[in-house]
Amino acid sequence: MYAQLVDTGTKRLKTREEMSPEERDFQDKIDAETKIEAKNWMPDAYRKTLVRQISQHAHSEIVGMLPEGNWLTRAPTLKRKLQLMAKIQDEAGHGLYLYSAMETLGADRDEEVQKLHDGKAKYSSIFNYPTLNWADMGAVGWLVDGAAIVNQVVLQRTSYGPYSRAMVRICKEESFHQRQGFQILLDMMREGTQAQKDMVQDAINRLWWPALMMFGPHDDESPNSQQSMVWKIKRKSNDELRQMFIDQTIPQLEFLGCTAPDPDLKWNEETGHYDFGAIDWKEFYDVLKGDGPCNRERISTRRKAIDEGTWVREAAVAYAAKQKQRAAA
Amino acid sequence: MTEQKALQDYLIRLADSDMILSQRLCELCGKAPAIEEEMAVMNVGLDLVGQARNWYEYAAELIDDGRDADKLCFLRDALDYRNLLLVEQPNEDYAVTMARQFFFDVWHYFTLKSLVDASDERIANIAAKAVKEATYHLRRSSEWVKRMGDGTEESHRRIQEAFDLLWRFTGELVTPDDTDHAMFKAGIGPDPEKLKQDWFGMVREVAAQATLKTGAEDAWMYMGGKSGVHTEHLGLILAEMQFLPRAYPDATTW
Repeated sequence: MYAQLVDTGTKRLKTREEMSPEERDFQDKIDAETKIEAKNWMPDAYRKTLVRQISQHAHSEIVGMLPEGNWLTRAPTLKRKLQLMAKIQDEAGHGLYLYSAMETLGADRDEEVQKLHDGKAKYSSIFNYPTLNWADMGAVGWLVDGAAIVNQVVLQRTSYGPYSRAMVRICKEESFHQRQGFQILLDMMREGTQAQKDMVQDAINRLWWPALMMFGPHDDESPNSQQSMVWKIKRKSNDELRQMFIDQTIPQLEFLGCTAPDPDLKWNEETGHYDFGAIDWKEFYDVLKGDGPCNRERISTRRKAIDEGTWVREAAVAYAAKQKQRAAA
Repeated sequence: MTEQKALQDYLIRLADSDMILSQRLCELCGKAPAIEEEMAVMNVGLDLVGQARNWYEYAAELIDDGRDADKLCFLRDALDYRNLLLVEQPNEDYAVTMARQFFFDVWHYFTLKSLVDASDERIANIAAKAVKEATYHLRRSSEWVKRMGDGTEESHRRIQEAFDLLWRFTGELVTPDDTDHAMFKAGIGPDPEKLKQDWFGMVREVAAQATLKTGAEDAWMYMGGKSGVHTEHLGLILAEMQFLPRAYPDATTW
C-alpha cells in the first residue's frame, strides 16, 4: 500500500443520531455506492483524510523513482534500460495525476510537497530501503508494485470519484510493471549464472518483509481504519490485503524457485491461506518515523531537486508573464 | 576509407551520441526541477536509447563479427566510442543540461532530416521515425533556452554561462572529417556545408530571441570525439554504464 497510517482526525465513529442532516445525506450516498465528486458537500475530516491519503500516494510515486533511478545508469542491456526508463516515466505520470486528483479537494501541490520535504508528510515506508543489486529492479516491480496493486485494485472502488478514476488508470500500468519485474527475475533464475541467481534470492530476502509492511499495521493497531472503512476510502482491512498478497505471491515465488526469508511460512489447509511469521513492527515504526536506511537520503535528494530547480521554475513564470504582456501590447 | 567502413563508423557515431546523452539524462532521474520535467527528461532519454538501439543493430549487421547491439554498446571502451564530446559533458545545473540539449538537438534535427532521404533505405526508415522525435526535442529545448534567456536575471546569467561553457564543443558538430565527406558522397549523410549553415542559422536565431550571445564561428574548438579522443568524462560514464556486463562476463541474459 502506498498510504500507511492515514490519520482521519476522528476519535470515534459518530452515531446516526449525532450526525448533522448533511452528514447523514453524505453517509447515505456512500452507503449507496454513489461516488462523491469534487463539488459535492463532504465532511471536513473526510476531505482532510483524502488529501492526506492521496498526497501520500503521490509522494510515494515520486520518491519511489529514486531507488530505481539508482540502477537506471547501470541497466545491463538496451532492452532493460528502455523498460526501466518507461517505468520511471509512468511513475512520474502517476505522481502528477494523483496530485491533480488531490487538488480537486482544494489542496495545493506545492504546499503538500513542502510538507514532505519538511518531514511532516509520509510516503510508503518501502522506498526507504536501498536497492543493492540489479535483481532489485525485478523484485521492486514484482513485490512492491505487486503489493501496491493488491491495494489499488480495491481502491478502484473507493468513494471519492477522482481518486477512484485515477486508480483505474494507474492499476493498468502497475500490472504491466509487475509482470515486467517478475520476468526480470524469471530470466535470471532460468538462464542466469549462479551469481545472477544469488542476486535474485538476495533481493527477495531484503525486500520480502518490507513489502509485507507496506500494508500497514495489524487491524487492531490501526486506529484510523474504522472511519476510513465507513467512508469507503478504504475498502478492505490491512490484514485482509496482506493475506491476499501473500496467498497470490507464494505460488509465484515457488515458480521462480526461490524462498521467502520466513521459517514460519506454510500452507494452512484449514484456513485455505498461508500462515506467516511475525512482522518486526518496531522496524516498521522506526522507518515510518524517519529512521529507515535511506529516509534521510531520499528526502534530501527530493528537497535538493526542488530547491535547486527554483530558479528554473521562476524563469518559466517570468517568461510566460513577459510573453503575455507582449501579446497584450 | 571504403564506403562500407565509413558507413559503419557513421552508424556507430550516431548510436554513441544518442546513448551517451541519454546516459546523462538518466543521471537526472528524481532530480529534475519539476515533476513535469522528470517526465520530459525521461521521455527524451527513452527516444534516444530507442534510436541508439536501431543504429547499433544496423551497425552490428554490417560489422558482422558476432557482436550484437548490446555488445557494441556495453563492451567497447572509450577509445572505440565515437560520440560527440558535447554529449559527454556533465549535467551541472539545468542551464548546462538544457544548453547541451539544445546544441545537440539542432545538430540532430538537421542531420536526421537529411538522413530521411538517404540512399540507404534502412537508414532512411530509422531516420523517418527519429526525426519526429528530434523535432519535439528541439522544440522543447529551444523553448527552455528562450525561457531561461528571457526569464529572470539569474536564469539569463546561468544560460549565458552555459552557452559560454559549452561553445567550444560545438565546432565538432559542424566540422566534417573523412567519414562525413564519404557519407555525403554516398548520398547518405548531410551536405557538411549546408549542415553548418543550418546549425549556425538556427542557433543564432533562437539565441537572439533568448537575448543570448553566441560564440564566434572561428573560436578555438575542442574536438576528437568522432575519432575516439574524448574528455575525461567518458571513461567514468562507461565505467558506470557498462558495470554489469563487464563484472559478469559469463552472464548471457539479463
